[in-house]
Amino acid sequence: MGGMPVEAPATSIFTARGVTKIYDMGQVQVHALRGCDFDLYPGELIVLLGPSGSGKSTLFNILGGLDRASGGTVNFKDHDLTKATEKELTRYRREHVGFVFQFYNLIPSLTARENVAAVTEIASNPMRPEEALELVGLGDRLDHFPSQLSGGQQQRVAIARAIAKRPDVLLCDEPTGALDSETGIVVLEAIDRVNRELGSATALITHNVDIAHMADRVIHMTNGRVSSVEPNAHRVNPRELHW
Amino acid sequence: MRALDKKLFRDLWSLKGQVAAISFVLAAGVATYVMAASSLDSLRLTQSQLYAEFRFPDVFGNLKRAPVSLVQRIAAIPGIRDVEPRVVAPATVELEGYGFPVNGQAVALPHREPLLNLLHLRQGRLPEPTTDREVVVSDGFAMAHKLDTGTDLLVTIAGHQRRLTVVGVASTPEFIYQLAPGSVIPDFANYCILWMNPRPLEAAYNMTGAFNQVAARLERGASLKEVIDRLDDLLEPYGGLGAYGRKDQMSHRYLDNEFRELGEMATLFPLIFLSVAAFLLNVVLTRLMATQRGQIATLKAFGYPDSAIVFHFLKLTVLIVIAGLAMGIGAGTWLGMRLAEIYLDYFRFPYLHYAVRPGVVFYSFLFSVFSATAGTIFSVLRSARESPAVAMQPAAPGRYRISIFARLGVERWFSQPTRMIIRNLERRPLKSFFSIIGVAMSTGILVLGGFYRDAIDFMVFAQLRRAHIEDLAVTFVVPVSGRALGSLQSLPGVTYAEPTRSVAARLRFQHRTYRTSLQGMLPDGALRRLMDRNLHVIDLPADGIVMTDYLANILGAKPGDVITVELLEGNRAVRELPLAGVVGEYVGVNAYMRLDSLNRFLREGNVVTGAFLSADMQRESVINTKLQKMPAVAGTAARMRVLRNFYDTMAEQMLTFAFFNTILASTISVGVIYNMARITLSERARELASLRVLGYTRGEVSYILLGELALLVFLALPAGFGIGYLLAGVLASRAQTELFRVPLIINAGTYAFAALMVVTATALSALIVRRRIDHLDLVEVLKARE
Repeated sequence: MGGMPVEAPATSIFTARGVTKIYDMGQVQVHALRGCDFDLYPGELIVLLGPSGSGKSTLFNILGGLDRASGGTVNFKDHDLTKATEKELTRYRREHVGFVFQFYNLIPSLTARENVAAVTEIASNPMRPEEALELVGLGDRLDHFPSQLSGGQQQRVAIARAIAKRPDVLLCDEPTGALDSETGIVVLEAIDRVNRELGSATALITHNVDIAHMADRVIHMTNGRVSSVEPNAHRVNPRELHW
Repeated sequence: MRALDKKLFRDLWSLKGQVAAISFVLAAGVATYVMAASSLDSLRLTQSQLYAEFRFPDVFGNLKRAPVSLVQRIAAIPGIRDVEPRVVAPATVELEGYGFPVNGQAVALPHREPLLNLLHLRQGRLPEPTTDREVVVSDGFAMAHKLDTGTDLLVTIAGHQRRLTVVGVASTPEFIYQLAPGSVIPDFANYCILWMNPRPLEAAYNMTGAFNQVAARLERGASLKEVIDRLDDLLEPYGGLGAYGRKDQMSHRYLDNEFRELGEMATLFPLIFLSVAAFLLNVVLTRLMATQRGQIATLKAFGYPDSAIVFHFLKLTVLIVIAGLAMGIGAGTWLGMRLAEIYLDYFRFPYLHYAVRPGVVFYSFLFSVFSATAGTIFSVLRSARESPAVAMQPAAPGRYRISIFARLGVERWFSQPTRMIIRNLERRPLKSFFSIIGVAMSTGILVLGGFYRDAIDFMVFAQLRRAHIEDLAVTFVVPVSGRALGSLQSLPGVTYAEPTRSVAARLRFQHRTYRTSLQGMLPDGALRRLMDRNLHVIDLPADGIVMTDYLANILGAKPGDVITVELLEGNRAVRELPLAGVVGEYVGVNAYMRLDSLNRFLREGNVVTGAFLSADMQRESVINTKLQKMPAVAGTAARMRVLRNFYDTMAEQMLTFAFFNTILASTISVGVIYNMARITLSERARELASLRVLGYTRGEVSYILLGELALLVFLALPAGFGIGYLLAGVLASRAQTELFRVPLIINAGTYAFAALMVVTATALSALIVRRRIDHLDLVEVLKARE
């Protein structure tokens, strides 16, 4: 995937135009997004960078179907997410999106294999849970419970869980935020590998600038808007990252 | 207000649903305690006041007839303080506008100033000493017929009919519980006490210068047993039927029984409710402290000592307790007052001072604080002692194991959500166990509510629909020739008359004796049948007696044993008779033998004391009119009216009981289930929201949580049926008295109703929680750990 075209091809997976999001906090209104334009193309890996409050999580939530925009349009392929019902959003998440959370959010009562199975059981064309865990290098930890795994291993189970359904997009919110750098790199490798081998378009939120080097494109957000989009001429292998 | 106290109130507010549920369970416990304990207190106090004020006797004796001169010898018995003889006689009352004859007991007022059994006049006055035409009636009867002074009654005593004017309405400790002979519960419309001047009563009953009942008060410290023995010796030549103390006096005995039931209600129910409340407090506080682990650590880091943390959470507990106490004491007092009203209706207390003693409030406080503290102190201490450094770390993921189902190999059939349900229950076996027990308790209490109705239904069915199937029962004033039956049978509408004879007798086996009536019956009687516990008819043997199974137990005798039977009337013969069998009776204790054998025993011919009639009840009033004209007839009882009165009287009480029972039990159901659901939701909100993010629908996520509840309830129901059966068994075993025995009978419908109520409570709790699941904040879970 190193030869991924940097310029935008004709068909994007996500097309967001003029997206606004206003949170009504009682007496004050918080403008989290103020007209944000955004595209994500098949197979690419992008990194969303920005300070706290820049709106990256809000955008991520809207792309992931967890929240609805207050204005503008957000299209996933030919679906308009701004008009989707709660039910349609659930189906959208179920069929097309893989999530990786900062704190893994594994089900403590289920083993690694079962955590993945929890998603494959409700997906339409999943891989086998074992296959997914193999892909993140945990083929030997199938029957371990979360309490028996290290933080990095737990996060890799979470990645396996996210990609087992062969999602069109993989959304990772600070996936290394709770990990030390060494473990973080192992996790990023797993994400990188999944992106290359499955071709899921991957968006990764972080405020760690170093991680941006592994992306095809780096999107900077400030104050509720996309402030710049930098194509990355040379996508670095996560192993070469350090922070 | 200090900052920590502000936190306290905010915590309480955020937990308001759960706090309310716990307070209600606690309140239910306190309310039952306050109601039962205060009623018991008030009744006991009133009883002893009344006994003293109205001079309730200590010793009673019935006899056939003795001259008044005997009284001096009775008064000379050491230990006796006051003695008073009198004449009592069965009477029948006709009341204008009431179609049925009312059975009653005519009681002669003393010739002189009364020493014992003073009357509490509710209305009117006592009869003028010189008149023969005035009567005072019992207040229950007056109320049932809305009688006023001035009303005329047509009273028949031993065939002498006389028109008497009601001049007063009264009650007295002797008749707090008024029961017609042979009945099970009071029937004020159809039974009355008539107090009248001695002269007319003695004349009508042929007792002038004589008495057939005597009562005495004892000196302080006198021996009851010695007085009874001496009295028996004196009365025996005059047909004495055996003297007895207060504990065998009908009214006193029923009161005692009621006191015992109240005492049980004051312990058993509060115990269950307070235990459940303690458990709920434990669950909720443990959870609260888990969510506040970081806060507790921060407080400690700032220098708050462990004791401040412990005190803080105990204050929270005590606030919940105080809310429960306030509601419980309020509700308990209100219920106690309602109960007192029922007592005043059912037991004819001249007055009843209902009061909640400070002691009752104090004990409620003590019990609830104790149970609440016991439920929470250990987890509070554990949490307060945790080192701040450790507590500030996020809690490690819960440790789970492969479930027993996996080891059995059946788990592969389960989906991941189902595995989550099972492992969650398995991971906290103790919590799951107590939750199941909690729900099972409420199921059990509901079963208990139905049990009373089922048992009473069965008693009535066995006694009044299977064993007693006559239309009318007639008793004679004195034993009469069996030929009298012919005149009964020739009454219009009467198709058949079956004779019976009742003789007072003392039964002895080894060193145990019991005084009861020996009934002579036809061996193959059509209207009265003796049956065993399985409702199979028992044949009366030509020789020997049968008796109520409870009586056989009292005597320690079993079929085949030889019983010494001592007749207390007639020739006072004594014979040894084999016990041929036992009768499964639920009301009263009796002994039976064949009528012809009994008459031979008495060396008398064909003599009867009563008859059972089969009759066309459309013509009841004609039959009654004719019966009353017969001098030998003392009274009649219509079976269907007894039955109807029984249900009329019981229905209200049972409905009230069932209603409160259902409310109380539902309080526990909802309390336990709602709290379980809320705790589980709070513990697993993050997990469930994560699944929602991963694409699970609301329904699928609800299944994980509500499936767990459903499974708990499913397991709790059979356990609850078991608990209900056990509780009913305990209550039934205590309700085995000479007056009645409550059988342990629970119908399938009772179990079904209990299950339905619990499932409804579960569904309501599930609905409330489901709404919260639907509003899980999906974005929040992506952020920080809880």
